[in-house]
Amino acid sequence: MLIWASGEFPPWGDPNSPASLHVSPRYIEKTMEETSVPNAVTSVLADYRGYDTMFETTVIFAAGVSCFMLLRLFSGRERSSHHYRHILTGLTLRVRRKGKQLPELEEFEPMDSLWTPYDLILRTLCRFLIPFIQLFALYVIAHGHHSPGGGFQGGVILGASMILLAISQDMRSALRRIRERTLAIFSVAGVAIYAGTGALCLILGSNFLDYAALSRIFPVDPVGARSLGIFLVEVGVGIAVMATMIVIYHNLASEGFLDEGL
Amino acid sequence: MTSHLPALVVTVPLLTAFAAFAAGWLRPKLCFPVGLTGLGITAISSIWLLAEVLEAGTVTYELGRWPAPWGIVYVVDRLNGVVLAAISLCAFIQWISSRASVKSQFSDRIGAFYGLELLFVTGVMGITVTGDAFNLYVLLEIASITAYALIAMGGGRAPLSSLNYVFMGTIGACFYLLGVGYLYIMTGSLNMADLASILRGMRSSQAILVAFVIIIVGVWLKMGFFPLHGWLPNAYTHAPWPATTLIAPLMTKVMAYVMMRLVLFLFGPEYSFGVLGLKDVVVWWASLAVVAGSVIALSQKDLKRMITCIILIEIAYMVGGTFLGNRSGTTGAIFHLVNDVFMTLCVFLAVSSLAFRQRELDMDTMEGLFSEMPFTMGALVTGALSIVGVPPTCGFFSKWLLLKGALEAGHYEFMVALILSSLVCLVLFFRVFEAAYFDHGERSHGHHRMREAPLGMVVPLLVVAIGIVALGLMSGEVISSIIEPALPRGVL
Amino acid sequence: MDRILEVVIAKYNYWIYIVLMMIGLYGVIAKNNLVKKIVGMSIFQTAIILFFISMGMKKGATIPIIIHGQEASVRASDYINPLPHVLMLTAIVVAVSTLGVALALAVKIYKEFDTLEEDEILEKIRKS
Repeated sequence: MLIWASGEFPPWGDPNSPASLHVSPRYIEKTMEETSVPNAVTSVLADYRGYDTMFETTVIFAAGVSCFMLLRLFSGRERSSHHYRHILTGLTLRVRRKGKQLPELEEFEPMDSLWTPYDLILRTLCRFLIPFIQLFALYVIAHGHHSPGGGFQGGVILGASMILLAISQDMRSALRRIRERTLAIFSVAGVAIYAGTGALCLILGSNFLDYAALSRIFPVDPVGARSLGIFLVEVGVGIAVMATMIVIYHNLASEGFLDEGL
Repeated sequence: MTSHLPALVVTVPLLTAFAAFAAGWLRPKLCFPVGLTGLGITAISSIWLLAEVLEAGTVTYELGRWPAPWGIVYVVDRLNGVVLAAISLCAFIQWISSRASVKSQFSDRIGAFYGLELLFVTGVMGITVTGDAFNLYVLLEIASITAYALIAMGGGRAPLSSLNYVFMGTIGACFYLLGVGYLYIMTGSLNMADLASILRGMRSSQAILVAFVIIIVGVWLKMGFFPLHGWLPNAYTHAPWPATTLIAPLMTKVMAYVMMRLVLFLFGPEYSFGVLGLKDVVVWWASLAVVAGSVIALSQKDLKRMITCIILIEIAYMVGGTFLGNRSGTTGAIFHLVNDVFMTLCVFLAVSSLAFRQRELDMDTMEGLFSEMPFTMGALVTGALSIVGVPPTCGFFSKWLLLKGALEAGHYEFMVALILSSLVCLVLFFRVFEAAYFDHGERSHGHHRMREAPLGMVVPLLVVAIGIVALGLMSGEVISSIIEPALPRGVL
Repeated sequence: MDRILEVVIAKYNYWIYIVLMMIGLYGVIAKNNLVKKIVGMSIFQTAIILFFISMGMKKGATIPIIIHGQEASVRASDYINPLPHVLMLTAIVVAVSTLGVALALAVKIYKEFDTLEEDEILEKIRKS
């Protein structure tokens, strides 16, 4: 039935199809003069249809909160056994005691139940790569105006860098770098920046999410203000997506205990 | 400020959700008051908005100050306005009344739970107020994802029922998206008003026909219209009580609103009713759905499951009423939507108060409840009378209009189904009341102490029950001033 | 014969995505294992995303970033349609979120029932 309907579709690549003729030409032709952002996708995403993007960020935030709410187990339900490994001899102990892990001792290191041997190459390589990945992610976020990229893409890469840390070393070191509470505050802050920018425009007298109103407080003309507004919301989106990706990974991989993972 | 009301109605719950979630991490005691203020502001804004629409006609709001169809616009006309007001009032009342259960069940993740509930309200309000087809999809997914998570908190069978809901709900939403894609490929626009005007010239296109079918099937899936309802009884029954009282009155009714908006305004009455002779087929199908829903509800032993299955019947009324194609039928369907929000809220709140005290909700443990919990049972009686359709509750008037519409359209099978299902609902509730009223002496001899549910649960419940009767008494004005002018011109 | 070939070449992209959609739909409905169902759902959503993107293509046009230095003389037919891409960014995020929630639910079900096969789970429910 679906194929029968496609009989009427315009052929692939036709520049004169209604989809391309009706609404989109304005986006392409006017994006420079109305928003001074050459990347038409970013300007449509964050300005013309910025409201959709705000809710999209809210969707990913809701998914993160859902994973947290569904899986996270706080005190009272710990794992039933912990593993420890003697560093010098490689002897492993299994302590069958419910409760938190024993405090770190000199010769013993806590081990995940699915443990792989210490791999120098993997660990060093990842430690080396992660800062570059994060730098690239920041570049993607900031350069969303001029090249393919933007908040979502950069945020996912940032999140992936922390997940790489958690996979290559172990979840405890990733959690030491960025704690659970920080992640929660980041994810809220990201979406709040987006909604806050919109509300700021509202307070400054114009419609919700009308970035031209920002020109009243920043010393730029309305078109530049739109570009600035787009940048602000992209930053917000990037932070929110990063935090949510990490939260989802932590909760899924450790089944809520947040002490071990892959 | 008043000109920004359409945006406020959605933004306020959104920001409140963030505040509640952050409060959960920093100072959990603040979660409830924060949500209360947010929902209060939303309720006031939506009622104000309705008043404005009644005075000035349709309100349009351009987001980002981009004109349609390049930007997203919010369009609030009478149909929207009244549904918005109903939803926000329902959410506000439910918030107050579910405080005790949330505190007892979810105290360690109260910020997340309240945050998700507020996000659900945001999604549902947004679905009602938007005038853009794709924006509707995004908001629908917000509401759905939060609903999946809230339902899964029930423990035991809840995650499995929620996962089934995930599958069915995602398929439904993706069908909707696919239909919007087909429409976009043929017309190039996503704005509802723009689409309506372009589609008027494209009546005989087969792609549009397929788009229409796919969108309607997707919406029916998410609405719980027989036979696409498989997920509904399990999902709502196994969900925790605070989640069910929030989601059950709102989610399916908002999807019914979406269907009405699409059928009546986007595709237009001449198209939706004329193409494929769908009008008659759907009304037959709806009658079948009503009967099937009644049969399913009759066979339930657990009270919560039984009232969940009654939702199936109500949804089938709305589908049938919309597709009857005449003024009475459509008016009846719209009024029934508004009524059903409150009726379902009343019944679910009443049963949740019972569950708060009783723990088990089998028919056998219901004995003597009338003397133990008189206010709760009184409200349950009001809600039940409204579902059956007894004057002066509002349910009577909407059913009356539906019957009149069916008579005028010559669809006697729909009339029969309506009357039959009213009788079935009467039987269902009578079983409950009989068990609750006459206690058969096994538990105590005669006098039960009054062990009413906490005040925070009873007062909102009584407000809703009184509201149902008040709505019924005022139904004449409500219909003539709000609903009749909301109908599009093509409906006879 | 020529007509049929013409139609096929013009529209084959749409047919491929429709076939992909049906594969995904089959996965969700007919498979027993919960993870396979989730994967089927993901395939279904991805096929819809690809479908939308393919409708924005224009022959001989480049990506919708205005070329540096050509800002004055922009013609819409030189750049592909940005709107489907924007819509699909949103749809991808929504699909990922749904995937995340579905996986979290699957983990919760596994913790409760110790299996991921739907018929075994229903058996356990029926027995308890």
